[in-house]
Amino acid sequence: MTVAVLLHAVVFATIVVSAFRGELPSATSIAALAAIVVARGILAGGFESVGRRAAVRVLSQLRLTLVERRLRDAPLADDGAEPAEIATVAVQGVDGLQTYFARYLPQLALAALVPVVVLVWTAAIDPTSAAIMLVTLPIIPVFMILIGRATEARTRARWDALSRLSTHFVDVVRGLPTLRAFNRSEPQAARIDGSSEEYRRTTMDVLRVSFVSGAVLDLTATIATALVAVTLGVRLVDGAIGLGAALTILLLTPELYAPLRALAAQFHASADGLAAADRIIDLIDGTSPPIARGGADPPPAWRSVRLEGVRVHHADRATAVLDGVDLEIRRGEIVALTGASGAGKSTVASLLLGLRSPDAGAVMIGEHDLASIDVVAWRQEVAWVPQRPTMFRGSVRENVAMSDRAASETAVREAVRAASAEGFLADLPRGPDTVIGDGGRGLSAGEETRVAVARALVRPSDLVILDEPTSGLDEETAARVLSAIRRATAERAVLLIEHRPERASIADRVVHLADGRAVERVGAMT
Amino acid sequence: MKTLIALLRFCRPPASKLAISTALGAIAVLAGVGLMGIAGYLISRAAEHPPVLSLTVAAVAVRACGLGKPIARYFERLLSHDLAFRTLARTRGAFFRKLEPLVPANVQGFRQGDLLVRMVGDVDAMQHLVLRGVGPAIVAFVSGAVAVAVVASFQPLAGAVLALGLLVGGCVLPAVTAGAVGRAGDRSAIARAELTAELVEVFRGAPELVAMGAEADALDRIRLLDAEVGRLERRDAGLRGLAEGGAVLVAGLTVVGVLAVAAIASVHGDLDRVLVAALALAALATFEAVVSLPSAAITLRSTLASGRRVLEIAGREPTVVDPGNPAPAPATSAVEVDHASFERGDEESWGLREIDLRLAPGRRVAIVGGSGAGKSTLAELLVRFVDPDAGHVRLGGDDVRVLRQHDLRATVTLDAQDPHLFSTTIVENVRLARPDATDDEIRRAMRHARIDRWVDSLPDGWDTFVGEGGAFVSGGERRRIALARTFLAGSPVIVLDEPTAHLDPTNAEAVVADALAGADGRSVVLITHGSEGLDAVDEIVTLRRGRIVSVGVGSTRQDDERGTSMGTTR
Repeated sequence: MTVAVLLHAVVFATIVVSAFRGELPSATSIAALAAIVVARGILAGGFESVGRRAAVRVLSQLRLTLVERRLRDAPLADDGAEPAEIATVAVQGVDGLQTYFARYLPQLALAALVPVVVLVWTAAIDPTSAAIMLVTLPIIPVFMILIGRATEARTRARWDALSRLSTHFVDVVRGLPTLRAFNRSEPQAARIDGSSEEYRRTTMDVLRVSFVSGAVLDLTATIATALVAVTLGVRLVDGAIGLGAALTILLLTPELYAPLRALAAQFHASADGLAAADRIIDLIDGTSPPIARGGADPPPAWRSVRLEGVRVHHADRATAVLDGVDLEIRRGEIVALTGASGAGKSTVASLLLGLRSPDAGAVMIGEHDLASIDVVAWRQEVAWVPQRPTMFRGSVRENVAMSDRAASETAVREAVRAASAEGFLADLPRGPDTVIGDGGRGLSAGEETRVAVARALVRPSDLVILDEPTSGLDEETAARVLSAIRRATAERAVLLIEHRPERASIADRVVHLADGRAVERVGAMT
Repeated sequence: MKTLIALLRFCRPPASKLAISTALGAIAVLAGVGLMGIAGYLISRAAEHPPVLSLTVAAVAVRACGLGKPIARYFERLLSHDLAFRTLARTRGAFFRKLEPLVPANVQGFRQGDLLVRMVGDVDAMQHLVLRGVGPAIVAFVSGAVAVAVVASFQPLAGAVLALGLLVGGCVLPAVTAGAVGRAGDRSAIARAELTAELVEVFRGAPELVAMGAEADALDRIRLLDAEVGRLERRDAGLRGLAEGGAVLVAGLTVVGVLAVAAIASVHGDLDRVLVAALALAALATFEAVVSLPSAAITLRSTLASGRRVLEIAGREPTVVDPGNPAPAPATSAVEVDHASFERGDEESWGLREIDLRLAPGRRVAIVGGSGAGKSTLAELLVRFVDPDAGHVRLGGDDVRVLRQHDLRATVTLDAQDPHLFSTTIVENVRLARPDATDDEIRRAMRHARIDRWVDSLPDGWDTFVGEGGAFVSGGERRRIALARTFLAGSPVIVLDEPTAHLDPTNAEAVVADALAGADGRSVVLITHGSEGLDAVDEIVTLRRGRIVSVGVGSTRQDDERGTSMGTTR
């Protein structure tokens, strides 16, 4: 690109000089100039498309890596990252990143190369012009830094204010039904006008100053060009320099400043792009250490699963959540696990699922430590209703069937009936074909619980973990669901997590978790 | 073009400012043209070794242009940003006023966050209409026309070549680019939205997917969507590369053409030889206004697409309107729903069929039913967010359609299912119901909603910021703040739509009990899917598939001075 810039100026000057002498410009020189122009076009297009492609590839790799990390190693990662925010950054971040790769990086290289080459070239044929360039060139970065420093904080604050104003508008529009309900929408319209006008006035005050840095850039470039032109003119009259050399230098002068100006223009957008990439890299690095994979198949005929002296420490808590817990769940029995919220009930569930490894002690499947077993194969034998089940995008039917791809239509219907979900589904206009999840119909908490229970019941499993499977249900429905669970799981080992003791009454044994310890309550419940 | 005119009419960018800002933009470009053109002339003339004094005018002109360009550019940037902010402010105000009577009846799916954010995003995009869309096009047209005229006055053929180049670079290329990139962009936007939704789901449901052994499937789905997004984005990158390269190429070739034509003309004596470099350099500088047009066209295209959606919503006619000759405000607060039916018009909903309901002043009725039974629709009928297709809703004996909406809602207050907390303080959220309320009245409303102690315990007390949509407070607290707001409104009838949704059972029972206790002699319609609070109402109406399937008598309150609960409504 630098060479093309230089050659363009030289050939351009040659053609003018030949015309000046009254000679027709040679076809070769015109063809050469055209060829240089074509090369510049190809280079410009190439930078654009290659840079953008690079950004697409980089972001795609980053997000796939993040998804793999989440799904393979750290499904429980709790880094405070809002799923919607991360997903947006991982997809839309490509726009800023494209600016970085396609515009910022090439201009950065040009900004380092072009001025040097142009200066050296000019110094060789006309030291005076080179001196003007050398004096004016540093003005640009110096002023950019000076004015940039002075205004950046204020400018940023204004852009933040702009986004706040936009958020305020979203807030007001979102609250429109509330405003109407309270007869308050008319005053709000006036407030929208007022705050927008107020914002405009204060922002314009800031822009008046911060646009000065751009103006100084422009001014330096144009005044330097004018100065170079005038001094060249004077020395041409004296015969101190030739027309060709003078024209070449005149053409090169604006090129000297172009990359710097482009850099300044793309700076913020590309910084946003880099920030997006950084955010994802942080999340990839930050997720918890991977769970060991591979190992033997789970034992075919285990009689019980046990926690033996298990200790689990959460990074954000001073004391261990589980501190020497022993717990056994045998095939054919229902063990209820009770305890206050935060006692570590759900942590027990994640240990049994192999979603988390104990810091000390062992999770035993029959006579084998889960740490030595292929955890993916083990999970094939476990069904789970989490405390806050996720409804995936799709029909209710699909949401139930997703835990067993081989499930027959009858099995799904049976599970739906057992989970007492039949009734409310029948009352929906589209029944089990109703689309739920993000963007679909919202279900009440109790209805979601029942879909999740149906999902767990349809899964052929030896261990069933139910984390508050009746939350949001009234007593009558809860009792129906619990007795259906009892019937459906006669041959299986069941862990029933409940914070309300009265709903643990179907259990064969009740274990209470408190202060990191598990204590069995014999015959306390029924 | 029709959309553009309609949009300009809707957004009303101030015309005089637009004229000045584009004029300044054209002056900046032309000063650049002058700078390079006159500099070219100056050097060429100097090469003829004239007396130095004869160059003075040109030397001054060069410096003037060098000074004028950045100054004009600076004011143009200021003015065009000012214009963009003004346009945005006007658009927001106009849109809000159009939207207000349409919500929620005439904007389906309004409650879904994504529709709303897209809608607001579309409105916000209108600031680009002038700044990045129309403005650069006008500047390019004006400065291009002047430059062509000047060049043509010296050498007509060179002017023609420049005109042709500007036309290709400023019209053909942007049109082709905007078409191609835009079409790809539309599809890419859809693919991106799908990928984003899938990512959200995977991040949210990762533990369950892993536990079900469905992670490989999920990963495959993401890979597939990612590949599709990547494919479209790579194509977009290619198109943008072509556009960028094309712009540079057209500009460069035009300059070569002008240079060649001028050089040949000067050799033949049709052009003074000192003008050869001047014309070619002027042509080079003219393209400064044109190179940004392909990207401006892409922006304009998407702005217009946003604009069409804005206009579509702004053009709707509200179905709920005030009567021309409204009846006086209702004398009593007796509410009566008489054989009311309502059709939502989508297959996801039953609507309502022949609903009968009577609510004498001071009575409490619970409306019970599962998801989609029509409970919230009934609530919307009561405050006239929608009108029934058949039957009547009456307040104080008058059909609500003859009342002013303001009078109706001053009597019947809806505490909606998902009450909105504005991103301000707790007290401002409560005060919204009645801005002239005294601190004592606010304190009383908070006490009835039982948040007074909690609020007082906060470090900032009443002035605690609730966050966006109430994000800084828990679900139960949000519900109670909304309840205090409803109590403060002081209307004789309150409609509580699922005050317990998304609350844990203990909290839910407490909220309902407090709501009924705090209602303080007012009529209450309690809408719920659960069983909380049903022992404290006079009547229980069960809805199923949009119909009333049973009407039961609630347990009589111990302290009910009006004696036993009255009979049923049907």
